[in-house]
Amino acid sequence: MPDASGRAATQNPAPAGPSAPVGVAVVGRAGVPAVAGAAPRGLWGAAPQGVRRALWVLPPVAVLALVFLYPLALVVQQSFTPENGGGAFDAYASVFASASFREALGTTVWLAVGATAGCLLLGFTLALIIAFVPFPGAKAVARFIDVFLSFPSFLITLALLFIYGTVGMANGVWTDLFGVAEGPFRFLTTPWGVLLAEITYFTPFVMRPLLAAFSQLDTAQLEVAAGLGARPARIVRQVILPESLPALAAGGSLVLVMCLNEFGIVLFTGAKDVTTLPMLIYGKAILESDYAAACVVAVVNIAISVGLFGLYRVVGKRAGA
Amino acid sequence: MSGIRFDSVSVAYNGTTVLDSLDLTVEPGEVMALLGPSGSGKTTALRAVAGFVRPLSGRVLIGGRDVTALPPHKRGIGMVVQQYALFPHMRVEENVAFGLRAQKAPRAEIPARVAEALEMTGMGAYAKRYPRELSGGQQQRVAIARALAIRPGVLLLDEPLSALDAQLRSGMLTELARLHRELPEVSILYVTHDQVEALTLADRIAVMDRARLQDCGTPQQLYRAPRTEFTASFVGNANLLPVTVADGGAVFAGRPLALDPGRAAPGSTATLCVRPHLLGLGEGPNALRGTIAEVQWRGSTHRLYVDVDGHRVKADLPELRETPALGDEVTLHFEPRDAVLLSAGVSHA
Repeated sequence: MPDASGRAATQNPAPAGPSAPVGVAVVGRAGVPAVAGAAPRGLWGAAPQGVRRALWVLPPVAVLALVFLYPLALVVQQSFTPENGGGAFDAYASVFASASFREALGTTVWLAVGATAGCLLLGFTLALIIAFVPFPGAKAVARFIDVFLSFPSFLITLALLFIYGTVGMANGVWTDLFGVAEGPFRFLTTPWGVLLAEITYFTPFVMRPLLAAFSQLDTAQLEVAAGLGARPARIVRQVILPESLPALAAGGSLVLVMCLNEFGIVLFTGAKDVTTLPMLIYGKAILESDYAAACVVAVVNIAISVGLFGLYRVVGKRAGA
Repeated sequence: MSGIRFDSVSVAYNGTTVLDSLDLTVEPGEVMALLGPSGSGKTTALRAVAGFVRPLSGRVLIGGRDVTALPPHKRGIGMVVQQYALFPHMRVEENVAFGLRAQKAPRAEIPARVAEALEMTGMGAYAKRYPRELSGGQQQRVAIARALAIRPGVLLLDEPLSALDAQLRSGMLTELARLHRELPEVSILYVTHDQVEALTLADRIAVMDRARLQDCGTPQQLYRAPRTEFTASFVGNANLLPVTVADGGAVFAGRPLALDPGRAAPGSTATLCVRPHLLGLGEGPNALRGTIAEVQWRGSTHRLYVDVDGHRVKADLPELRETPALGDEVTLHFEPRDAVLLSAGVSHA
């Protein structure tokens, strides 16, 4: 019988006893030798199987509860207990009624959706080129994608500042070329600058699962499709894209959730007029010391993220991902 | 009707020649099997026809048209590969319709042509299924239907039966033979390492080894009168014994053998080729005396391995009532007409 991990069980479940064949070597499908009749002995000795499992689960659950769930619960609790008294939902009513919250929510959503769409488009195109268009250094580029994932988001923003910032390279070249006092590149402090930075930073998060999916794709399918008369565009549209949808969905949903919660990029672009939910939380908590309102916005942010994750799981299951 | 012509086609990967000056013609409507071991260049030859590899030199012609520089999608060929390569997200009917849509067949014609291709391969009842819901044999039928739906002049089959078990393989061989009878206008290039598939299906067999064409002929020619040692051993697993040509025969280990020496000059060295199943046990013409080294029971036959003067000789005999024991002295014999003499010059072309 397969165990929970899907592998064939390799140990004889029969308890040790006079009737059990003792010392008979059994090799399961996984090739792991076991001794029939020998009772499994682990860290928890001869405790019943259910208890043993519970004991194994307990430590990670305790750590998780202590370092993650408890602080989260405190945030939720704070959102229902305004410091200046009042009803449990007063802070929610006040935040939801404020124009700044609605604006931040709108900005957060459109930036996240826009960045995700941009990442999907750019990531799919770049991954296609790396995976299917042979060029020298393709492997090195693919490895660099992995390294890129480890970069902090503000670093990318900082790099963009060097290029497109008010006193950045692009404006410097422009002023040198045309002898004017100021260059035209000022978009970095607008929502478009944030969008560019988010697309630049998060695109590799889409590419990584796509490259993995492309490496699993049977190249014979692409060859047969070409042999049947399909041009490259049709092969991409009808063969590669449908088969990489689960990877696209995984990368896209990850980017969407990360963009919803992105703080460093918005902060480093210096876009004062761009207020997203995380920026609003920062402003309420640190600048205004309105912790209840900050917690309300945080709860909304968490609810959106968890909701999107749930939606992704449901859609993913239906799509067979 | 389209034939295929390889005109001195060479292919190299990173400086290593994987197909060396192949000259071969597949006549319109002919089934040509490319037979050889792994790395012999047979799949490379097929991929050169399909357009997936660009020859280093030479030309590939389909229907008399030079297609060497044409991209695969402009060649109009059907292709079936070992692992079927069905599109897993498409139903069977969508898989079969893929090529028709790619070639922009009239929309109204597509359902009928899909149905026709599926009926031809006995898969009409499975049109709505996904590939994952089919067995290996059924998937291969769908792959064949998909290739035939576009009515190609040339059909390329790359080890199409390798992934099937022996029973299914036998059934599919019969099916492929029937399909070819029904579609006599289609030229088929059939790549395989299995001599049974090649002997069963092919009108002619091109034997390949080490990137080169070794031999080409009808199955009967290659089996009964191979020109090279490689062909003799790869097709039919023949016994090959070194002999010296003599008047009216040859000499093996000091013993005269009666056979047709052909054009081989007396005194020259040659290789005697005799098939295992054409050897008899006991005294007879052209006796070879030796010691039993191994006996294998194969159901309807026994295979004996007999050491004759330092050479291991294989003999396939109808099931023996009394099997000889290891170390027994036995005598094998063969009729003069059942042996072929390969001159040393063509031992490995």
